[in-house]
Amino acid sequence: MNTNEKEAPAQDDIETLLPWHAAGTLSRRDAQRVEDALARNPELARRYALVREELGETIHLNETLGAPSARAMEALFAKIDAEPKRTAMGGAGSLNLSSRFTGWLENLAPRTLAFAGGVAAIAILLQAGLIATIMVKQNPTSGFETASAPSTAPGVGAFTLIRFAPQASFDDINKFLEQNKLMIVSGPVAGGLYKVRVGDNTLSKDQIGEVVKKLQQDKVVGFIVTTQ
Amino acid sequence: MQTTSDEVLIARIAGGDRLAMQVLFARHHVRVFRFVLRLVRNEATAEDLISEVFLDIWRQAGKFEGRSAVSTWMLSIARFKALSALRRRQDDELDEETAERIEDHADDPETALAKKDKGAVLRQCLTALSAEHREVIDLVYYHEKSVEEVAEITGIPEATVKTRMFYARKKLSELLKQKGIDRGWP
Repeated sequence: MNTNEKEAPAQDDIETLLPWHAAGTLSRRDAQRVEDALARNPELARRYALVREELGETIHLNETLGAPSARAMEALFAKIDAEPKRTAMGGAGSLNLSSRFTGWLENLAPRTLAFAGGVAAIAILLQAGLIATIMVKQNPTSGFETASAPSTAPGVGAFTLIRFAPQASFDDINKFLEQNKLMIVSGPVAGGLYKVRVGDNTLSKDQIGEVVKKLQQDKVVGFIVTTQ
Repeated sequence: MQTTSDEVLIARIAGGDRLAMQVLFARHHVRVFRFVLRLVRNEATAEDLISEVFLDIWRQAGKFEGRSAVSTWMLSIARFKALSALRRRQDDELDEETAERIEDHADDPETALAKKDKGAVLRQCLTALSAEHREVIDLVYYHEKSVEEVAEITGIPEATVKTRMFYARKKLSELLKQKGIDRGWP
């Protein structure tokens, strides 16, 4: 490339942000800065119209590129089938997924979050009210625990983080918890996740992996990972 | 309807779940293909490369740390594969030469007709940009990547991402001007 990219263009920072503003991928703070500048600067607003034009045509261009043939998928799975079999479920990819899940949420484009977040938030709020009832039922002492009762102490045992499927009813969740002898310890935290005790004693990584594998088959579970 | 997140799919793929791989492939292969195709400009090569990209995902799923979105990670792998293929081919004659070709044909009847459709001309000029400029424009406008994500995919500082995008747009305006469309910027 001929241009020295290390030299910043003689435009203010706001103008360089216009493409990301048009695509909806700026932080709320930066988006507000751009909005304010657009409102008071007609020339910037005119240039923003050019950016939006480019955005539309770039999408149009890419959408006309077509898709790969089935050959790509066939080639891929032929190679995968030739790979050595993996034995353990999960492996490194399933470990510490709760922190990864949070990171994933943070990395979603604001446009995606605005749509998906609105629908999910309503479902999570409704569900949270129902699950609070279950938690009260499961913890009638409202958090008071004796030191001599390790089986019910909140910090003892094996735990998972579960987000229940939005369509799961109160009865579904109640039945699921009873059948699997599970107890909701706390929640919901970010992403509608509940901390659920799956065993009174600490389990090995493999054992809890098996439990997670079994529980995630249930339609009530939208998302499940191990936690401490 | 509840869909499994990419994160969950990657965790399952790490455990050897072939079905999770199929879901991830179905969800992303078209966009990855288009990203690669815009870089290598050859459909057969792009198809070969997406198989390689997803094979890498299959092999490396256990190492995915979740510090970025799965799609960002996939595009990083795709970009590396595409650039390696371009280096192997050593015939990346398409950048400035393509722009010159467009300039040369600016007044032929076909182009004159295209002038009536500003959108078509703009798309033609988008195709004529250099690989670096096409890439940044596609990542921002089509793949909806933030400044930070583009920096991660391309391996350049965030400030350079903004500057590269600025110059890509500037070049686009110059190409449009050569085709008779003056946008009054820059």
